[in-house]
Amino acid sequence: MITVTDLTKRYARTTAVDRISFTVDKGQIVGFLGPNGAGKTTTMRMLTCFFPPTAGTATVAGYDVFTQSLDVRRHIGYLPESPPLYLEMETDEYLRFVGRLKGLSGAELETRINFVCDRCNIGDVKKKLMGKLSKGYRQRVGLAQAIIHNPDVLILDEPTAGLDPKQINETRDLIKSLAGDHTIILSTHILPEVEQTCEQVLIINKGKLVATDSVHNLQARARGAESIVLEVAARSGELSVPMVQQRLGAVAGVSNVTSKGQDDQGAFFEVESRKGQLVRGDLARAVVDAGWDLNELRPAAMSLEEIFLQLTGTEAAAPPPETVSPPESSAAEPAAPEAQP
Amino acid sequence: MRNLWIICRRELSSYFSSPIAWLLLTMYSILFGWFFWNYLGNFVVESIEMQMAGQMQPMNINEQIIRPLMLNTSFLALFFVPLITMRLFAEEKRSGTIELLATSPVRDIEIILGKWLAATILYVWLLVYAGINFAFLFAYGHPDWKPVLIGYLGLLLQAAALLALGTFISTLTKNQIIAGAATFGVILLFWVFSWVSSYDSSTWAQVLSYLSVPVHYESFGRGVLSLKDAVYYVSFIFIGLFFTARSMESLRWRS
Repeated sequence: MITVTDLTKRYARTTAVDRISFTVDKGQIVGFLGPNGAGKTTTMRMLTCFFPPTAGTATVAGYDVFTQSLDVRRHIGYLPESPPLYLEMETDEYLRFVGRLKGLSGAELETRINFVCDRCNIGDVKKKLMGKLSKGYRQRVGLAQAIIHNPDVLILDEPTAGLDPKQINETRDLIKSLAGDHTIILSTHILPEVEQTCEQVLIINKGKLVATDSVHNLQARARGAESIVLEVAARSGELSVPMVQQRLGAVAGVSNVTSKGQDDQGAFFEVESRKGQLVRGDLARAVVDAGWDLNELRPAAMSLEEIFLQLTGTEAAAPPPETVSPPESSAAEPAAPEAQP
Repeated sequence: MRNLWIICRRELSSYFSSPIAWLLLTMYSILFGWFFWNYLGNFVVESIEMQMAGQMQPMNINEQIIRPLMLNTSFLALFFVPLITMRLFAEEKRSGTIELLATSPVRDIEIILGKWLAATILYVWLLVYAGINFAFLFAYGHPDWKPVLIGYLGLLLQAAALLALGTFISTLTKNQIIAGAATFGVILLFWVFSWVSSYDSSTWAQVLSYLSVPVHYESFGRGVLSLKDAVYYVSFIFIGLFFTARSMESLRWRS
């Protein structure tokens, strides 16, 4: 549905988007992820024909964004970062205006207005001036105008920015419900949003595409070598951290052991094993044989957040112990019992 | 063509749903009315004096009221045009709605013409309201109606030309105040270009004074339909809108 090849946007001094290429299939929801200023909005603006690319091509719904701009615009719905509302207009008056601009008229227009009001839950503010609407409503009216002409492709620039948590959930559900009928690209810098809503992720940083994959694969890929978190406690007396480290390091297949701090429950260690080697059982045995307690043993699944930081290379600071083993960690439970003697 | 109307209608409804159109209508009616009142008062007093003096020289409403009224109210455009055009594009750029227009299946020229047409239609409304004054002249006297019509046509052409200029300037900034102030400044400059002709007769001075806007209104104001002045205004509109189109195109390339 969308094919982007070597798309580039250069300004006088900077390159905002640098030769990115990707494709999006029909009916998919794709998350466009990147820190602020990475080039997400610039890319979206090129796809929506707001401005032409400096180099490269993009086709949307089979039309070229540069040479067949009007055709592309007929097939896309676009919600910019701030919803493009005329605050002095009433909601239905506005939707009627946008619908007409997109080529609707007559009974069809009225049907579509009722449909999108229903879909986006804005029926109760139809006759209100948009200047008086709350942020959540404005966002939904923005979404309604984007889908009014039933476009093949929906491009949403940070659709949940500035909403409260309840509104964020509602908006995400709405977007998910729109998939299937529409191909959706949404940009965000909020990672859980991508994990929750999208099937595919494009990670962009400093104008370059750094990764493109499904959310699932991306997590698996970034994990690379298996990494395991253990919590070890002494049966009695003090636990010697270097001794544990030495003991764990001696297990076959282990490549690196790092201490992740200590609390009154026990000490945390992160063990990296060489790829393809399953060492969990051996690790558990090593701990128990040495007379220590194994409180916890779990794979350190990287959150998308960590993958993101790893890929974009920003703020690569070591995560604090709390992130390694959160107290309410659910991942620990399936692993721990099997390790207990 | 259909899109042009859609844009134009939204623009007009936006003028009239905010206080701006009503404020402008009020101000224009008051000012035009004040001009009218004074010329009329002058005319009435003069005719009474003449009757008392026993002179039976004919008094002419066209010459003594309509002509000076038409000539002297033309400069109101200087103040009203910037107030009308300053928001046209600047507001859309500030609020982000320009992204909606620019990504809709609408040609840039349709957006520009729609907006300019809406501004021109608002100006027609100003002239229509002010025209109520003339109803009194026709009710109690017998003026020739043709100079009134030609004067009005001149006012409209002049305003349409200046509105095209204002539309262009509004695309250059997202700040309405700057757009308004710059439009006022540029129009003022076009107003006084002709001053140079009073002491200089070089080609340069002649070109400048030809560019001057009010020079071309004089014959319209006197009730004379002048093709060459009409051509000037139409070219002015064309160039103004052409620059607007180029500016919008560069907006796409630069932003």
